[in-house]
Amino acid sequence: MKRNAAAFGAGALFAVGLALSGMTRPSKVVGFLDLAGDWDASLAFVMMGAIAVHFVAYRVVLRRPAPLFDVRFHLPTRKDIDLRLVLGAALFGVGWGLGGYCPGPGLVSAAAGSLGALVFVVGMTAGMLIEQAVARALPRRE
Amino acid sequence: MHDFTPIPALIGGAIIGLAASLLLLTHGKVAGISGLYGSLLRQGTSDRAFRLWFIAGLAAMGMLVRLTWPAAFASAWSASLPVTLLAGLIVGFGTQLGNGCTSGHGVCGLSRLSVRSLVATLTFMGTGFATVFVVRHLLGGAR
Repeated sequence: MKRNAAAFGAGALFAVGLALSGMTRPSKVVGFLDLAGDWDASLAFVMMGAIAVHFVAYRVVLRRPAPLFDVRFHLPTRKDIDLRLVLGAALFGVGWGLGGYCPGPGLVSAAAGSLGALVFVVGMTAGMLIEQAVARALPRRE
Repeated sequence: MHDFTPIPALIGGAIIGLAASLLLLTHGKVAGISGLYGSLLRQGTSDRAFRLWFIAGLAAMGMLVRLTWPAAFASAWSASLPVTLLAGLIVGFGTQLGNGCTSGHGVCGLSRLSVRSLVATLTFMGTGFATVFVVRHLLGGAR
């Protein structure tokens, strides 16, 4: 109960941050990505604010032996830079620049009823399912 | 920069950082939206409940913000619906392949000083800048 409420609260708080910061407005996102145009640097401040808080809080939280509702932390451990990482990130940037939505703001705006965001989330869901099907069909060579 | 809003951006960013910290404190997980959402689509994902509740919180707040502050979704520009659908497909495929997006790699990964996330963030920022340059300045603002 408390577990699920905490996850719900974290998601809701995350959405407040996205809305306040301007990430749910594709014109702000594309304005930031448009270096050669009328550049809007605002989104750099979103990253600064988010990292400033999480950089410190991450270190404080990890002093605990375990999170509140689990027996251990579940953090990524991989260190290798592989083609999947670079290709995946490169594709993500292309889609971000084309539509002005990344996954979080897309989901928040779709729930808010923005038609563009709903279409984006339909595409994103399909893209994820396709990648997962491809990954199953082509087992990774280790 | 006619639409430069550093103060709400900084405060909104800090709230995003706080939300990621709350998920880490309570569940010990990285708040990567593409990962949390994408793994709900996969069979056999463990710990589905907290992922569902996180996405539900995100969605519920989206509705509440729409009712109380619709300007949060006002956009002076939007891509056409076919381009938006294509953008979604590419974002979905890319974030699954590369294990993360702006939140997982950008916010959480950089805060953890992860080299993988730094490479991913520089890459998606780079292709994001390049894509907007091509669309707006080479193709003449095609929608």
